[in-house]
Amino acid sequence: MEPLEIAELLKQRFPGQVIEIKEFRDQVGVLLKKGQILDICRWLHDDSRLQFNHLADLCGVDYLGKRDCRFEVVYNLYSIPLRHWIRLRAQVPEEDCKIDSVTSIWMGANWHERECYDLFGIEFIGHPDLKRILLPEGWEGHPLRKDYPLDGGGKNWSGYEEIRNKTKDLRQYDFYGNYPDPTKVNELKDVEGKDG
Amino acid sequence: MDSNESAARAFEPYEIQMGPQHPATHGVLKLDLELDGETVIGCKPTVGFLHRGVEKLSENLTYAQTLPLTDRLDYIASMANNVVYSNAVETLLGIEVPERAKFIRTMVMEMARITGHLLWLATHALDIGAMTVFLYCFREREQLLDLFEEVCGARLTTSYTCIGGVRQDVTGHFLETLHKFTEEFPSRVREYETLIDQNRIWLKRTQGVGIVSAEDAVSLGLTGPSLRASGVDYDVRKHLPFDAYSEVEFEVPIGKRGDVYDRYRCRMEELLQSNGIIRQCIEKLPPGPIKADDAPDLVMPLSKKCVLADATLTSGVIKLVEDRKHYMEGDVYVSGECPKGELGFYFVSDGKGRPYRMHIRSPSYIHIGALPFLCKGQMVADVIAIIGSLDVVLGECDR
Repeated sequence: MEPLEIAELLKQRFPGQVIEIKEFRDQVGVLLKKGQILDICRWLHDDSRLQFNHLADLCGVDYLGKRDCRFEVVYNLYSIPLRHWIRLRAQVPEEDCKIDSVTSIWMGANWHERECYDLFGIEFIGHPDLKRILLPEGWEGHPLRKDYPLDGGGKNWSGYEEIRNKTKDLRQYDFYGNYPDPTKVNELKDVEGKDG
Repeated sequence: MDSNESAARAFEPYEIQMGPQHPATHGVLKLDLELDGETVIGCKPTVGFLHRGVEKLSENLTYAQTLPLTDRLDYIASMANNVVYSNAVETLLGIEVPERAKFIRTMVMEMARITGHLLWLATHALDIGAMTVFLYCFREREQLLDLFEEVCGARLTTSYTCIGGVRQDVTGHFLETLHKFTEEFPSRVREYETLIDQNRIWLKRTQGVGIVSAEDAVSLGLTGPSLRASGVDYDVRKHLPFDAYSEVEFEVPIGKRGDVYDRYRCRMEELLQSNGIIRQCIEKLPPGPIKADDAPDLVMPLSKKCVLADATLTSGVIKLVEDRKHYMEGDVYVSGECPKGELGFYFVSDGKGRPYRMHIRSPSYIHIGALPFLCKGQMVADVIAIIGSLDVVLGECDR
């Protein structure tokens, strides 16, 4: 089926949810409200005319200062048996930074959504294990937001000090676990001098 | 100790941490395994040790400047990343690539597939305990890497393609050497097969291990040979042909049971198919230009050189990159079949010379996400075989 036909079907099935249908370079994107995203995805997945069984990609986009609604979550769907594409873009406003999770439809959405939460701070309701994935726990901020500086703002990660102190402690032992390692006494002083 | 207490202790799960410095995790991957005896009842992968923020960096670089970063995704077959990235940018900018460049790209992409699969076979066999295969595979891989060096100057971080074509034309010597390689290669593949295909240990370690059904594989988002081993016919080269794939003939090997052995068989068949594609590309390689005339790049397109000679060089470069009329607002998702699976690039452009947002759909990331599902109920020794059979690269996973 042609992508534009699918978009029209979607508009008929869920009136009031579709904001805009846009075609660019032969690819069709449907801009949606986020309210019924789970129902829409389930319908796209289950309907025998559509059968979108492959979630190719899920990611977030930050339109800070460009559009009224700051975030969008983008779903690129493909149907392996019927060989057609569609792209869904669901609007997520900054004040209510939440959207329904689609892990119940595609298991593979799990890590996509965790990544999106990690880098954009968009919360996925109903996700089984929503926590940071590429960045360590305790990281401040969400790096792919447009107001996050490229150099990270000059702050260290809170876990960094902890790891540094731990390596300092461990340096006192020799290979066999003897404490203190007599050969390392001078070296330790050097290290402390440098750090202090 | 009374009997109640000992019974309670018998069912206490045993936790073991595998990695991040484990040789069989193919990079810095950490797995928190929960074991009941030797059976895995829970598996939690931790990734992100190699996170370099490629997506954030690319928002501050031009399209051409991001290309070398894609080498560092799947560093085992970086040619393939280059090709898919260039394709995605060309779709976004609406540039048509000349025919010769398309064939060259198809050729180097299949070479990359062979290098990728050879390294996979080498390390996968090494993980399971077959040492000799490693040395055999590297012999052929070296030949291809030398050819990469001849065509672009680098063995691993190639950056060979550019937006609108390829950087350099292939030489006659290159084509001759490659042709000679393709003549020998099928017999080499048979050599690898004699080493392991009849090997009883190999069969016992791989057959019936890590089975994933077709439905689950699609739902998990597996792509590439890992998906096709489960019997799903999904290959981006056939479904959405890019470059010259619509003009060459090849078959897509499909497995049946979806276990580690079928994934191995699929990749072995793919080696031969790739070899066939390379031969066809050499035969059909048309003459002509290797780069589109209106392509923006750090290296000037030929038609622009005379215009820019008057202006100072630096301002000329920036002007050319920033002021092009074919930078339009919009978004595209373009994917290609890499050795590991479907590599996709999603671009949002705001009409300027830099991507507003670039997202990389990396197959390794999705495959590692599928590990908990695949490992559940397996023996702890089979976890190694399953990781190997999914063919993951952590540079691509963490981006």
